[in-house]
Amino acid sequence: MPTSPDEPDPSAPSAVGAPAGAPAALEARRVVKSFGGVHALRAADLLVRPGEVHALMGENGAGKSTLIKLLTGVYRPDDGVIALHGTERAFRTPLEAQTAGISTIYQEVNLVPMMSVARNLFLGREPRRYGLVDLRTMNRLASEILERYGVRVDVTAPVHTLGLGARQMVALARAVRTDARVVIMDEPTSSLEPREVQTLFDVIRTLRDQGSAVVFVSHRLDELYEICDRVTVLRDGRTVHSGAMAALPRMELISLMLGRDLVAAQDGRVTAFAPDRSQRRPAPDDAALAELLPAGRRGRWARQAIPGDSDSNATDSGRAALSVSGLTDRHRLRDVSLDVAPGEVVGLGGLLGAGRSETAQAVLGAHPAAGTVSVDGKRIRRRNPQAAVRAGIAMLAEDRKAEGVIPGLSVRENIVLAALPRLSRAGIVSTARQDRIVEFFMNRLRIKASGPEQKVQDLSGGNQQKVLLARWMCLNPRVLLLDEPTRGIDVGAKAEVQGIIDQLAAEGVGVLLISSELDELIEGSDRVVVLRTGSVAARLDGDEVTAPNLLAALAGDGSGLGEPETGEPELGESESESAGPESGGADEGEGNAS
Amino acid sequence: MTATVIEPVDGAGTRERILDLSQRYGVYVALAVLIAVATALNTDFMSVSNWRVQMFEAAPTVLVALGMALVIGTEGVDLSVGATIALAASIVPLYIGYGPAPAIVLALLLGAASGLVGGSMVAFAGVQPIVATLSLMIGVRGLAELLNGSSAKPVADATIGDLGEHTLAGIPLMAWIALAATAIVAYTVRRTTFGRQLVAIGDNKRASLLAGLPVRRVLVTVYVLSGILAALAGVLIVGHGAEADPANQGLNMELSAITAVVVGGTPLSGGRVRVVGTVAGAMFMQLISAVLIQHNVPTSTTQIVEAVLICLAVYVSRERGTR
Amino acid sequence: MSVRTSQVPAAPRVSPEGLLETPRERWIRRAERRGPLVVLVAVCAAATIASPSDASWSDVSTILGNNAFVWLLALGMTFVITTGGIDLSVGSLYALGGVLAARGSSSGPWLAILLPLVVCAAWGAVQGILVAYGGMAPFIVTLAGLLGARGLLQALTNQGSTTYLVPAHSWFRHLGAGTWVPVGIVAALFAIGWVLMERTGYGATLTAIGGNQDSAVLLGLPVARAKVLVYLLSGTLAGAAGALGGARLGSGVTTIGVGYELTAIAAVVIGGTLLTGGYGTVGGTVCGVLLLAVIHHLIDRYLSQYGSAMTDAVNGAFLAVVVLAQALLERSRRR
Repeated sequence: MPTSPDEPDPSAPSAVGAPAGAPAALEARRVVKSFGGVHALRAADLLVRPGEVHALMGENGAGKSTLIKLLTGVYRPDDGVIALHGTERAFRTPLEAQTAGISTIYQEVNLVPMMSVARNLFLGREPRRYGLVDLRTMNRLASEILERYGVRVDVTAPVHTLGLGARQMVALARAVRTDARVVIMDEPTSSLEPREVQTLFDVIRTLRDQGSAVVFVSHRLDELYEICDRVTVLRDGRTVHSGAMAALPRMELISLMLGRDLVAAQDGRVTAFAPDRSQRRPAPDDAALAELLPAGRRGRWARQAIPGDSDSNATDSGRAALSVSGLTDRHRLRDVSLDVAPGEVVGLGGLLGAGRSETAQAVLGAHPAAGTVSVDGKRIRRRNPQAAVRAGIAMLAEDRKAEGVIPGLSVRENIVLAALPRLSRAGIVSTARQDRIVEFFMNRLRIKASGPEQKVQDLSGGNQQKVLLARWMCLNPRVLLLDEPTRGIDVGAKAEVQGIIDQLAAEGVGVLLISSELDELIEGSDRVVVLRTGSVAARLDGDEVTAPNLLAALAGDGSGLGEPETGEPELGESESESAGPESGGADEGEGNAS
Repeated sequence: MTATVIEPVDGAGTRERILDLSQRYGVYVALAVLIAVATALNTDFMSVSNWRVQMFEAAPTVLVALGMALVIGTEGVDLSVGATIALAASIVPLYIGYGPAPAIVLALLLGAASGLVGGSMVAFAGVQPIVATLSLMIGVRGLAELLNGSSAKPVADATIGDLGEHTLAGIPLMAWIALAATAIVAYTVRRTTFGRQLVAIGDNKRASLLAGLPVRRVLVTVYVLSGILAALAGVLIVGHGAEADPANQGLNMELSAITAVVVGGTPLSGGRVRVVGTVAGAMFMQLISAVLIQHNVPTSTTQIVEAVLICLAVYVSRERGTR
Repeated sequence: MSVRTSQVPAAPRVSPEGLLETPRERWIRRAERRGPLVVLVAVCAAATIASPSDASWSDVSTILGNNAFVWLLALGMTFVITTGGIDLSVGSLYALGGVLAARGSSSGPWLAILLPLVVCAAWGAVQGILVAYGGMAPFIVTLAGLLGARGLLQALTNQGSTTYLVPAHSWFRHLGAGTWVPVGIVAALFAIGWVLMERTGYGATLTAIGGNQDSAVLLGLPVARAKVLVYLLSGTLAGAAGALGGARLGSGVTTIGVGYELTAIAAVVIGGTLLTGGYGTVGGTVCGVLLLAVIHHLIDRYLSQYGSAMTDAVNGAFLAVVVLAQALLERSRRR
């Protein structure tokens, strides 16, 4: 679906702006890849010419990583064609792709931490002398090569002693060989400092001038506009745009990635959220639930019904349900502060890599960070998930499979997992009570399963998500952190989950909602806090929560409304030299558990 | 991809399903077949005296294997159980002078302490279970031999002797104890908070942590339980043999216990504890070696058969499919 | 397939040189690497000072000569553990190698050398194939190997009732005689092992597999083949150790080798090789085996009334301290 009038037919992106006669260095035509029945790529096209830097864009789940892995021989396409310099190729292993001249720098730095820098650099192609590795030559060459990348280190030291940036440079130096015709860089700058980014760009320019083709993946828009010549945008496994980078305004790029049509943005609601706060209603059978749920050992757990009427502006009504201040970790978060009032839904916006998930995990105590977290005005001293859950925080993790469900256990057990201690007496689980709660939630959330004994791994994504919601609802949390609650679930379940979020807010729960879908953020949230590279870039309140404002804040144009902190320098700017996170950590480290 | 919808098994699924079924019920079928074949070959096999002997032999293994099943359920392993048996055995003659009860209690306490050390290394320091319990395996046996001295010591106490030799209603007391332990462990796994948390942690540790489960506490407790059960087995072994011989008692017990657990259908990847299967696994391994020996098959063949059985069981319970 | 950002270990920002280490961290790293050697020297020095008269060449020759062959098990284990695996079958293969050598020696010394090497190499290769291609846990595969190899050994010797003797005049016996021939052979093999680990692409591949198997695959390294080879190597070394042991004893002893895999693992870990894989040091293993041998010798001399039990207790405690230290250092590094 073409998303702007001047957008050419995406089904033939190879024709876009291609100078006549220039053969593609690397081309993917309508490649399809699915995993276990789920389409990761539906019809992706990519055309990269020699001597150009090509940006590959897309939000999480758009299929970028899959496409890269197809191009580099990690996966093989189900359908479609991959061609290198005009010849169709089918790489069976990463080694074949490498030999054919495709060098790749993967998102995760693939170095062996305990091995020396030089050995990492030459892993698999060490210089030999008498059949053995010639260490002296290798170390000398390594120093020379790294010098060109602006890295001056002891090449015999193990890699783990280097900083992330230097490590990234070593990985880069290893991947980029002089004979590389195509270089694919999957988020190479995510751990680099500005100065190092410039060094990297110098390398990229040299490559480009040599006639190599560079595929560049990044979420930092400034960088893309600085270095890239052309851009291809993926969404939901399809190529939705391909064209010159400079011809694509930022706002349009973001709306392409997020699937939000700027023209259509103003009218019509696309989510199941209530239009505004006053129309949120608690679940009808709320009274039955209150009776069913365990009161818990502490008074804090007693249900505090806060009616969701429009008059009570919860932000002013004293204590916030959740109050977070100064969250700073060593790498990704920078002084993140926010409040969530009871009954309020606060959206947490930002592009991939902005630190949204890290913020949520840090609030729960699962991601080490300095700063304070309070629930109902009470500061949580021990920062670990157990303490946070006890204090009334619950988090729906982004990665449902790895961090949410217990796949081998039944629906019933997954629901009561966190509430087990409260449902048992002297450590023995009360089955009757458990069954009532499970039945209640399976009905209320309409969890489709063959029964409470079905294994959660056999449920659909939407039902798994509902099971996880039920797990937290039977704890009666004060604060619910929802990290992409509707990702990867079908439309019906999505609407239901959105409805449940409204109900919970109406019942007085403070909700922090993370979503990559603009509609969800705009329609679901009362306020939105926008993160950019680990710090708060904008706070949008009430009427300010609109698509243009949010897009502007995400893009960092500075043209949007409600940016109280526009003057604040971003991470990685000049300020970062003087106020490193170390100093921040030292100031606020006392409340921080590991 | 997060959006994976697991569809009903298709095509290649038949093999998967067979593997799954054989992991779940294979041990019972194998046990039944073994008993049938053994009876057909030699009708004495079903005699009361034979079964009594087999129960005496299998009971300590069952106890140790129950603890091992819990540990393996958390995706760990406890190599120190054999050494813990030796430690318990060395304590009994030292303190039997104060009466049997203090001696037994002390032996169990030391077993718990050994488990506490191993569990703490695993849960708090993040040491791999194999290594943590390996160091205990070496060190604790040394300690046991130091406590006992180099030669075996006779234990003449009647109460402890009864524990190992007495029969109740025709069934050895040891077997009753093993049966009781089985019931308790099965109940713990199915019905208690601890048991359910244990399984959840073994299945998905990160998710359990994020759900606010007391991961470390559960891990430590599991190793402590394994230590106590091993120590109990040690006391029974001392009673049965009427002597304490830390240099030899409990040798290779960790292997037998792991084998029983694996053959019983508990996957090494954690997240599932098959208590009854473990008992069946222990019985199966005991009976198969007994049958082979009764028919004058050399021990060498017995060992090779055991090795093949372990491989087969692990192959069947290998992590596969959806995770 | 993208790795979740929150799981990427957070690391401090880099200084201009890209070098992150503070002097303290560098000190810790060096201590970690040289630790085993320092402890070894310290123990030897302390023992010498405590009773200078007793520290004689005969001591050295006792320490070196008696058990040198067993150290080859630790050499093979070093490679296996570097890949993140473990090989529990080496004790059994050691005994098997001895019996096969004694049996083969009746048909000539060359067979005495070849037979154990070939059989144990094949045994190791099968284990490696099950691990690398069958996707089974090394721990359990080699555990079955431990049982199976013992069984094979029993079958060969008629349940231990047949003892094969090495003919008295066979030159095969010279390989195991005295102190310096065995020590020379073992030293040569360790030297080759060191070269293999430090100076060949194969050693780097093993380290890469242990460090991060997925990225080793992405880099196009031959992961499965390297894994099969490493178990083959470990089996072969165990067989060689057994053969040489058989030459020294003059017969194939069926009862030896029980628990040797544990000592080998302990020596490797004490030497500084990471049990989680990704870092292996042959030099460290040398220090590890020597340290254990010296401790054994000292306990024999001063605490002989306690016998081997004291050695076990000390070894176990030592191992526990080392793995704890490793785990804690690892954790502080992750911060």
